[in-house]
Amino acid sequence: MKSLDNKLMLGLLAFGIFGPVLFPDYTFQIALMWIMVLFAQTWDSMGGQMGYNSLGNIFFFGCGMYICTVTQVGLFYDVGDYTSATGSNVTFSDSQYFIGLGVGILAAGVGASVLAACLGWTVFGLRGPYFAIGTLGIALSAGELFGTWDWVGGGSGVAIPVYPGEADHKSMFFYTLCFLAAASTFLFYRWLFSTRFGLAVNAIRDDEGKADAMGLHTLRHKTVAWCFSAFFLGISGALFGNLTGFVEPLEVAFPTATFGIFMVAMSLLGGSGTFWGPVVGAIMFHVIKEATWTYFLGWQWVALGVIIIINVVYFQQGVVGWMQEKWPEKFGIEVDSSMSMEDEAKEAAQ
Amino acid sequence: MSLRTTLLSTLAIGVAAFGLSAATPASAMVDGDTIVLGSAISFTGKYSTNGIHAKNGYNIAVKRVNEMGGVKVGGKSYKLKIIYYDDESTPARTAQLLERLIKQDGVKYMLGPYSSATTLAAAPITEKYKIPMIEAEGASRALFTKGYRYLFAVLSTAEQYLSATVSLAADIGAKTGKKPGDITIAMAFENDAFSLDVREGVLDEVKKLGLKVVIDDKLPRDLSDMSATLTKVRALKPDVLLISGHSKGAVTAGRQIQEMKIDTPIIAMTHCEAAKVVDKYGPSADGFLCPTQWSETLSSTGKYFGSAGDFDRDFKAAYEGYDKSVPYQSAQAAAAVLVWKEAFERAQDFDTEKVRDAIAATDMQTFYGAIRFSEAGNNIAKPFFLRQIQKGEYHVVAPLSYAVKPIDYPRKPN
Amino acid sequence: MLDNINILWLAPLLNIQLIVDGILIGAIFALAAYGLALVWGVMNVKNLAQGEFVIMGGYIAWFGSTQGLHPILSMPIAIVIMFAYGWVIYRVIISRVVAKDMFISLLATFGLAIVMQQALNLMFGPEVQVADSGLSVRSYFGGSVTIADIRVVSFLLCCALATAVVLFMKKSRMGQAIRATAQDARAAKVMGIDTEQVYAFTYALNSAICGAAGVLVSMIWVIQPFYGLAHSIRSFVIVVAAGIGNLPGVIVSALGLGALEQYGGFVLGAEFQQATVVGLLLVVLVYRQIQMRKKRQAVV
Repeated sequence: MKSLDNKLMLGLLAFGIFGPVLFPDYTFQIALMWIMVLFAQTWDSMGGQMGYNSLGNIFFFGCGMYICTVTQVGLFYDVGDYTSATGSNVTFSDSQYFIGLGVGILAAGVGASVLAACLGWTVFGLRGPYFAIGTLGIALSAGELFGTWDWVGGGSGVAIPVYPGEADHKSMFFYTLCFLAAASTFLFYRWLFSTRFGLAVNAIRDDEGKADAMGLHTLRHKTVAWCFSAFFLGISGALFGNLTGFVEPLEVAFPTATFGIFMVAMSLLGGSGTFWGPVVGAIMFHVIKEATWTYFLGWQWVALGVIIIINVVYFQQGVVGWMQEKWPEKFGIEVDSSMSMEDEAKEAAQ
Repeated sequence: MSLRTTLLSTLAIGVAAFGLSAATPASAMVDGDTIVLGSAISFTGKYSTNGIHAKNGYNIAVKRVNEMGGVKVGGKSYKLKIIYYDDESTPARTAQLLERLIKQDGVKYMLGPYSSATTLAAAPITEKYKIPMIEAEGASRALFTKGYRYLFAVLSTAEQYLSATVSLAADIGAKTGKKPGDITIAMAFENDAFSLDVREGVLDEVKKLGLKVVIDDKLPRDLSDMSATLTKVRALKPDVLLISGHSKGAVTAGRQIQEMKIDTPIIAMTHCEAAKVVDKYGPSADGFLCPTQWSETLSSTGKYFGSAGDFDRDFKAAYEGYDKSVPYQSAQAAAAVLVWKEAFERAQDFDTEKVRDAIAATDMQTFYGAIRFSEAGNNIAKPFFLRQIQKGEYHVVAPLSYAVKPIDYPRKPN
Repeated sequence: MLDNINILWLAPLLNIQLIVDGILIGAIFALAAYGLALVWGVMNVKNLAQGEFVIMGGYIAWFGSTQGLHPILSMPIAIVIMFAYGWVIYRVIISRVVAKDMFISLLATFGLAIVMQQALNLMFGPEVQVADSGLSVRSYFGGSVTIADIRVVSFLLCCALATAVVLFMKKSRMGQAIRATAQDARAAKVMGIDTEQVYAFTYALNSAICGAAGVLVSMIWVIQPFYGLAHSIRSFVIVVAAGIGNLPGVIVSALGLGALEQYGGFVLGAEFQQATVVGLLLVVLVYRQIQMRKKRQAVV
C-alpha cells in the first residue's frame, strides 16, 4: 500500500511539474484542475470523513476571493474609489502587486477560517439534510449580500489588479501557486488523517452520539475540521479570483450551483471517504467537463447532469471505492499487509 | 499490487493526458483560406436570450461577407469563420474560454461575449495576450476606463440608455409648467454591471437637471416578480418609471405593469425588442419608451447590407421568431464582424498589431450607423436613440433630428 | 428603508395589496411545498428538482397557449403528462436512491434538475416566457389595490387541488397505503402493501402537483428554463419551517412566506426579495437548533 501511495504521488508530482511544460497551451486548465483537486479534498474532509455533507463550502471560496481582492487593493488605495464604475485609472507597481497578493492570499486563508469558526457554532447543531440545506442557505445568502454591498463593487463586481509582466509568466506563476496549494492541501490532509484527529473525525461520522459519550469534544473537532477546510478553500478562492481577473458575487465568487455542487460530485465520483477518491474524482471530472465543453457544445450541461445521476444512482461507491470492491481478492492477495486499511476504505465507501 | 498501481495511475494521469491530447489541436489563426474569429457567448443561463440574438447577428454578417467574396488580403480571398463556446452567462467561464480560444484554438481575432459583466472578464485576457477584440454587447463604461488597448466596441456606452428619457421628462415638465424638483423618478435596475452603469447615467442626468428620485430599487438575478416595487410606484405616483434588467426585466415589468394598472405617464425600459414585449403584451405595451442602439428606420447605409431597412428584412428572412422587430443586439453584432472585415483589408496583413492599428483607424459607414473609435475604444460616431411603442410598432421619438413621430404623452395604455 | 415603512404607514391600503398578493401567490408555493413534503415524508427523498417540475408544468401551459389552447385548460394535460413523467423518473432514477443515504437523493435530484433545465432550454429556447390567461384586472378602493382575476382563479384552483389531494389521501386505498408507508414502510410491506408501487405513485403525484403549480406560475409570473432553483428553495424553506407531515403548517408557512416576500421586496428593496427567503431559512434553522439544543440538554 505504501508503495502504491508513493507511486501515485510521484505520478501526480511529475504531472504537476511537467504537465505545463508538455502541454504549455493547457496551463490554465491544468491549474484549474489543481483547484478542483483542492475543492474535492477539502469537501471530503468534511463530507466523506466526518459525515457532514455541506452544500455551502463555496462560501469560504467566495469570502477568500473577496478578502484577497480587498487586501490587494486596500493596502494601497481606497477600495470604495477603486470599485466604483466610473473609478479612476489606478496602477500597481511590481512590489505593490506582489506584496498585495502575498498578504491577500494569507489573509484569505486566515479570514475564511475565522468565519468558519464563527459559523460553526450556528450550524453544527444541524444534522443530516438540515446541515446540507443550512449551509446551502449560507452560501446563497452570501452571494446576495455581497451583491448589495457597494463598497466591494456590488453586483457589477470588481476587477483585480493586473499582473505586471508577460502573459505566459502570469500563467506559470499562478499555475505554480495553484499546484502548491493543491499539493500542500494534499500533504496536510495526509498527515492530519494519520493522527488522532483523523480517528476522532471518523468517529463522529460513524456515530456522533457515541463519540460524544466517549468524551470526545465533538463540536470542537467539527469546528476545527471546518476551519482547516475553510483555510484551503479561502486560498483557492484568492487564487481563482486572480486567475479570472474579475470578481463578481453571484457567478464568480459564490457559484453555488456550479463549483459548490462540483466539489460534492467530484468526491462522490472518485469515492467519498476514501483518501485517494476525491483526487481521482476531481481529475476525472475536470477532464470530462473540459472535453464535453469542447465536443458537446450546448449539451455539456446535459452530459454533466447525466454523469452526476449515473454516478450517484448506479455507482455510489465511486471509482476508487468500486475498484476496491470489484477486485478485493486481486488487491487483497497481492497487498496482504494493507488489509486493515482496505477494509476501512471499503467501509467508508458504503 | 502492481495491477492496482497500474490501474490507479492510469486513471489519475492517463485520463488527464488523454483528455488533454484529445482536445482540439491548436489550429492556425488563418487556416488555409479561412480567417478564424473566436467568441465565447451565452447560449445558456441568464443572458442566453440576448446571447443568441448576438450570435445570429455574427452569423448573418459572416455569411454575407463570405457570399460577397470574402476578405481580400494580399490579393487572396479568405472566408470568415467563427469558433463559438458557451460561457453560460458566467464571467468566470468567459475568462476560461478566452484562454482556451487563444491558447488552444489559436484564435488571434476575437469577437465579444454578450453583456458587460462577461466582457469585463474577457478584456483582461485579450489584453494579456495582446489579441484585438471587437465587441458589440458590452456597454458599461467600466470597460473604457481601464486603458485597454485591444478592446473596441461598436456600440454606445451604457450611461446613454436611459438618460435621454430623463431629459425628455424634464422638457415635458418644463412645457407643462412643472418645476424640475417636482418631477419624480422611480428606478428599478438589475444588480449587474450593465444596469448599474445605466443607473449611473440616469443619476448624473437627474443631478444635472435637478429632478428627484423617489424609488431606487435593484432587481435580483432570477427576477420573476417585481410587484412589490410596482406597489411602491403606485403609492408614490412618480412621473417617470425606468426599468433595466435585460430581457427578463422587460418581460416581468411588462406583465406586472399591465396587471397592476400602473399609469405612470412615462415608462422606459431597456431590451423591449429583445424581450419581444409587443408580441407578448400587445396593446398594453403601447407607450413604452425603449432605448435602442439602432433602429431599422434609420437612414444609415453601408455596402454590405444596404440600408438599415434592408438588414431588417434580410435578418427576418434568415432567422425565425423576429417577426415584430429585429433586436439591436443582432444588428450591432453584425456590425462588429464588418469592422473586422474592413480592418483586415486595410491592414493587408494578419499581424495582430497591424490589424489592431487598422481597427483603431476605422471610420466607416454601415447599416448600423457610423463607426469610429475613441482612444478608449468605444464608438463615438453614433448617436443613441429612443423609440416608443405606438400601436404595436417601434418609432424613433428622440433625438429630435432622427424622430419619425412625436412622442405620445402621457402614455395611454389600452 | 424607513421611507418605505413610512409609505406603508401613510397609505395603509398598500398593506392589503401586499398581503393579498402574497397570499394569492403563496397558495402556489403551498402546492409545490406540499408535494415536497409528501416525497420527503413518505420516501425520505429530498427532491431538489422540485422547481424544475414546476417550470416544466409552466412550459406545458405556455406551449399549449402557442397552439391556441387556453392555459387554464392545459392544466389537466399538464397534470397527466407530469404524472407520467414523474412515474418514469421514479422508475429510472429515484427507485434506486430511495433506500440510500439522504445525501444521495439530494445529489441525484440535483443532477436531474440540471438535465431538465438544459432539456427545456434546448426544446423551448432560453427566452423568458409568459402564458396569457386573458382575464381582466379589477381595481378596489378607488384603484389603490388591483387584483388580477387570474390570481384569484389560481388561488381557487390551488384550494380545489389541495382539497382533492387531501381527500384522496384520506379516502382512497392508495392514499391510505401512502400514509401507512409514511408511518412505517417495513410494517406496511409486511401488511401486504406494495411499497415500490406506493413510492412510484407518490413521486408521480408530487410531479403532477408541481406541474399544476407550474401552469399557474406561467400565468401569473414568468418562466424561464433556469428559474427552477428559486422555486425549489422556497419549497424547502416552507417544508423545513413547517416540519414534515404537517399539512396545516405547510399551508400557513407558504402563505406567510408569500406575504413576507412581498414585504421584503417592498421594505428592503426588490434585490432582497429572494434574500428574504434564504434569510428566513437560516432563521428557521437556527431557531430549530436552539430548540434542539435545549432538548438535548434536557435529556442529559
